Amino acid sequence: MNGIAETAEDGREGPKELLAFRQGSPENFEDAFETLFRKHQRAVYCWILRIVRDPAAAEDLTVETFWRIHRAHARFDPSRGFEGWARRIATHAAFDWLRTRRTECELPADISAPIIADPAITEEIRRKTALAFRRLPPKLRIAAVLAVVEELPQKEVAEALGISVAAIKLRVFRALRLLRKDLASQGIRP
Amino acid sequence: MNENDQDRMKKLLQQALPRVGGETELERDLWPAMLRRLDQRPEAPPWFDWALLVGLVGFAAALPASVPVLLYYL
Repeated sequence: MNGIAETAEDGREGPKELLAFRQGSPENFEDAFETLFRKHQRAVYCWILRIVRDPAAAEDLTVETFWRIHRAHARFDPSRGFEGWARRIATHAAFDWLRTRRTECELPADISAPIIADPAITEEIRRKTALAFRRLPPKLRIAAVLAVVEELPQKEVAEALGISVAAIKLRVFRALRLLRKDLASQGIRP
Repeated sequence: MNENDQDRMKKLLQQALPRVGGETELERDLWPAMLRRLDQRPEAPPWFDWALLVGLVGFAAALPASVPVLLYYL
């Protein structure tokens, strides 16, 4: 149940559409691009939202992702499917955004699903943990948010980032260790 | 950090940043924004991007051992 792959199962575009996107005439290409955009915009948006956790930024980055897709269409390989390719480009666009964003600004409004709060973890600890998480290097943040918070399979996360599963495990471990160290420096011992 | 510590950190992180999930609805059609983006002329990279690139290449050429470190942080 996750984003782009899910959309593909619901309504996979035919090979003709993908071929038109890859090598069609300019008119066919623009039509194919619009069809792919309309079919996948929500899935790409959801994927980016999971990473950046800011709806307005996720909308902008969805457009940015498709703009990159539009520019790079000649490199698209129809035999490998559109979803994985789009997801990888979306992940890179989100990564670029995280790199340029100030970490100390306000947290965005809560866009996440309601949770059953653990009474042992106070609101202040949650807030400090969220802020400490935003101070992590972006590549560790992406691995941790997708693999730990969103609980996506590590293989899927590895494919989106273009690295191995072992590298994802290492990034998650390093993210958790840095987070623990940051919280410990604030007197919080999870 | 042992496995118990990792599990505690994971639980804390899940409490601090609850999952978004893949079911979020897009509130508006982004196609008009996409058309506006496609109509924009591509921006030329600013001069300081080129200066940074030249500096990085020079640094890597002078100190080849620094290349893995640079790649790690890029």
